[in-house]
Amino acid sequence: MNWEPVIGLEIHVQLLTHSKIFSGASTAFGADANTQACAVDVALPGVLPVMNEQAARMAVKFGLAVDAKINRRSVFARKNYFYPDLPKGYQISQYELPIVGEGNLIIDTDDGQKRIGITRAHLEEDAGKSLHEDYHGMTGIDLNRAGTPLIEIVSEPDMRSAKEAVTYLKKMHTLVRYLDICDGNMQEGSFRCDANVSVRPVGQQELGTRTELKNINSFRFVERAIEYEIERQIDILEDGGSVVQETRLYDPDKGETRPMRTKEEAHDYRYFPDPDLPPLELDDDFVEATRQTLPELPNAKQTRFMSQYGLSREDSSQLTAAKELAEYFEAAAGATKGDVKTVSNWIIGDLSGYLNKEHREIAESPVGARQLALLIDRIHDNTISGKIAKEVFDAMWHGEGDADDIINDKGLKQITDTSAIETVIDEVLTRSALQIEQYKSGQNKVFGYFVGQVMKATKGKANPQQVNQILQRKLDA
Amino acid sequence: MHNKPISELANDLVAKTVSSVELTQYFLSRIEQHENLNAFITVDPEFSLAQAREADRRIQQGDKSALIGVPIAHKDIFCTKGLLTTCGSRILSNFVSPYDATVIDRLNQNGAVILGKTNMDEFAMGSSNETSYFGPVKNPWDNATVPGGSSGGSAAAVAARIAPAATGTDTGGSIRQPAAFCGVTGFKPSYGQVSRYGMVAFASSLDQGGPITRSAEDAALLLNVVAGFDARDSTSVQRQTTDFVAGLGEDVQGLRIGLPTQFFGHGLDSEVERTVREALQEYEKLGATLIDIDLPNSDLCVPCYYVLAPSEASSNLARYDGVRYGYRAPDYSNLIDMYMKTRAEGFGEEVKRRIMIGTYALSAGYYDAYYVKAQQLRRLIAQDFEQAFAQCDVIMGPTTPTTAFAIGSKTDDPIAMYLNDIYTISVNLAGLPGISIPVGLDSTGKPIGLQIIGQYFGDTHVLNAAHRFQMTTDWHQLEPPGD
Amino acid sequence: MALDHQTVKNIARLARLHIDESNVERYAVELSRILDFVEQMNRVDTQDVIPLAHPQEGRLRLRDDLVTETNQRDSLQKAAPEKEAGLYLVPKVIE
Repeated sequence: MNWEPVIGLEIHVQLLTHSKIFSGASTAFGADANTQACAVDVALPGVLPVMNEQAARMAVKFGLAVDAKINRRSVFARKNYFYPDLPKGYQISQYELPIVGEGNLIIDTDDGQKRIGITRAHLEEDAGKSLHEDYHGMTGIDLNRAGTPLIEIVSEPDMRSAKEAVTYLKKMHTLVRYLDICDGNMQEGSFRCDANVSVRPVGQQELGTRTELKNINSFRFVERAIEYEIERQIDILEDGGSVVQETRLYDPDKGETRPMRTKEEAHDYRYFPDPDLPPLELDDDFVEATRQTLPELPNAKQTRFMSQYGLSREDSSQLTAAKELAEYFEAAAGATKGDVKTVSNWIIGDLSGYLNKEHREIAESPVGARQLALLIDRIHDNTISGKIAKEVFDAMWHGEGDADDIINDKGLKQITDTSAIETVIDEVLTRSALQIEQYKSGQNKVFGYFVGQVMKATKGKANPQQVNQILQRKLDA
Repeated sequence: MHNKPISELANDLVAKTVSSVELTQYFLSRIEQHENLNAFITVDPEFSLAQAREADRRIQQGDKSALIGVPIAHKDIFCTKGLLTTCGSRILSNFVSPYDATVIDRLNQNGAVILGKTNMDEFAMGSSNETSYFGPVKNPWDNATVPGGSSGGSAAAVAARIAPAATGTDTGGSIRQPAAFCGVTGFKPSYGQVSRYGMVAFASSLDQGGPITRSAEDAALLLNVVAGFDARDSTSVQRQTTDFVAGLGEDVQGLRIGLPTQFFGHGLDSEVERTVREALQEYEKLGATLIDIDLPNSDLCVPCYYVLAPSEASSNLARYDGVRYGYRAPDYSNLIDMYMKTRAEGFGEEVKRRIMIGTYALSAGYYDAYYVKAQQLRRLIAQDFEQAFAQCDVIMGPTTPTTAFAIGSKTDDPIAMYLNDIYTISVNLAGLPGISIPVGLDSTGKPIGLQIIGQYFGDTHVLNAAHRFQMTTDWHQLEPPGD
Repeated sequence: MALDHQTVKNIARLARLHIDESNVERYAVELSRILDFVEQMNRVDTQDVIPLAHPQEGRLRLRDDLVTETNQRDSLQKAAPEKEAGLYLVPKVIE
């Protein structure tokens, strides 16, 4: 039987506010345990929540960016359950009336563009952290994170493969950083994902029993966890068994999922409207003012890059994956006299390679956009060849100066004097009688040998086009 | 000295005819003399006298703040920095608050002295003060009877003149009912008038703090300090500041008083009814007119309340889990066992009962039948009041169906206990202001309360109506016997 | 509504209240009586009535995004039953 996976994602996005959603404590990451947990966050008797306007604004910004309905009236509800990192014994969330209603996000797949439905996005507070290191057989609770604002983005079960799910997740990751509402740091838990996975026979309408995968905190793990889970479910069904609806944890070390022990108990969250918080009502001015703060969104930017710069969909997609990268590209493209496509190739190729190797963000690149533009100018005006440019770039990366300085200091300037090149070629041809014979007998690939010898003799500085032309002329004479 | 209204005490202090230390010492010794009432959970003379000394210092510098140097007792539901705040519960029996409630903070700013923390029903759940972990409070008028609840300690303290004034909280009648039982004045402001920040939550959409005093005038004076917008409470109402004392100047000529037929029907003690009607005649003499009105759903306010209040409470009390503060059970086998034992040992029977009812009412499959149904009924009850206020300016009736009952007489029958609040609960459901003032004694010498209910944010009209009665009568001056 | 023993135990578990086996019957009786009492609500037809969550029905006030709280850990943890290295300690949590 052929099986079709059905995947929906719930993404938790920590909002980049200074203070918590319902208290004036700082949200900064990495402080000493419980030093950023104020009376409200530790749920002392008698304390009350007061809502942070910026959190509402960021949620609306997100909603507008995914073309969603912004609910002018949303209601905070209490989700009741006991857990040591949940100080009030309930989480303030939104249930029946979330701030963001139905929307969608377009992703690129192998089969072209695909629209992924967004069911809703709601505001809620994050919980604290349980530290499982051994404190005399006990668990330590740090409430610094408790009360950090989150939006939970719930997708429709519209994805059909682990790859699609990751594409959607990456697109969402790009979007929230464009919007400047989340730092996107997955290691620190600023951007987290749960996946609902089920499988069904191809052609069947009805959904299969789903499992919820938790604790998947990197793009790679998301893909692996979903793939593992799809295989696991198919194996069960093909053996005539049935999938149990449950929450499962992904174990990255073993590369497998297992049932979560503490969530065995049937949950009954007893949601009800929080009596401490009247409904959140947003007027047109608030929504419109927020709309004005929207940047050009990734998909729009990608389309523009294709039309304005004549780049391929794939290249445009890569260049717009992060706002800073796109800005870098446009700055370099605007500054160079060279070809835009060359700029794109350099950024996607060499520059990204160097960045990845050193785990740097584009903002931390030692080679700035204007410097890269200058390097490409030198390729364009034939001062250096593309190959020499790589050597120059490496020197620039290591702080040896601008392209021109390095070209001068190292004497890398391209040889474009025809008579000089001819002299070198003549020397090469003189000591290559055997190869000339081979070439004349129809072994065309020997041509490369001559080019190589010329470049070697000039230390790569001869203009390759000229070398080709002159060689061709002399050999065919 | 102990019979003086707080306005007079404040004048004496500012005139330096008495110091705050002397006054505080005086009331501290009265508390000691009346220890048998069990009205206080915490009295810390050192703490109070330090505050009194600070007040005296400010007075010397010419500070004339309204309540400077006046000792005031607080229901042990208000968080007080550096003092135990137990809420009448074992689970908070060791909890020293690291912060002050807004009500306390404002009084401190004003220079008032914290005289002590008064006894109360555990988490304000009760109508007799018998659910307190710290034992029942005795009614100063008859030590065999209850003082009412949940603000029983505050009402008893003010009645026994061991505190010049006190704070209380009212979720379903917890200020008005004990005020009626103890022959004092108890005012529940409109919802949103007094900040709930630092007031341990029972049922958040119903809870409201207010004064328990000997007169409406004292209540107004206290409210002038504690009421008003607080940015820390999202349900605090932003309105122009009200001068409650200045609002006491109107006469009641032409005041239309609505009498709900439902408040004078079955279940009302005949002596209470007769006394309340006599008080109403007094209002007629003052020029008011009496109108019969209808509150058709008011008899269902108790069932409605006993869904909503426990539901909110079940969630509000989830934070008492033995993790960050308060009692933790000594023996447990794992995390869940720690939770279950801590809460089973830390909470008393009535609190547990209500948590269970609330948990059930909110649970999957029952939410609509109980919680939503009760909220719908709540709207009907609120609408009944709105319609009634089209015909009248204030509503009056008995505060309670009977006078104070014997200690132990209703502890085995929760529903009989709940029905004590039949005339007070609907006021909380609608968020309205209500006051209970003493209007007489029954044949056994126990006080009877008249309840006055006003429109939303018509707090000054309610206080004024009470004040007018107290200007021409002296029931509120009556002291319990044997002192 | 008469609650059976299992329901009473389930509610107690959900509310994290330990109850002795010997008390289950008493709870069942008491809680059932209270539920019967509150079910008087059903006398009134409330179809189409919009539930009232709050007496004011106001709108939520929003505060500016400012850090106003400083580190109060020492003061807040004075009341903690068990703590170490700034952490609240609880019996081992198993995931």
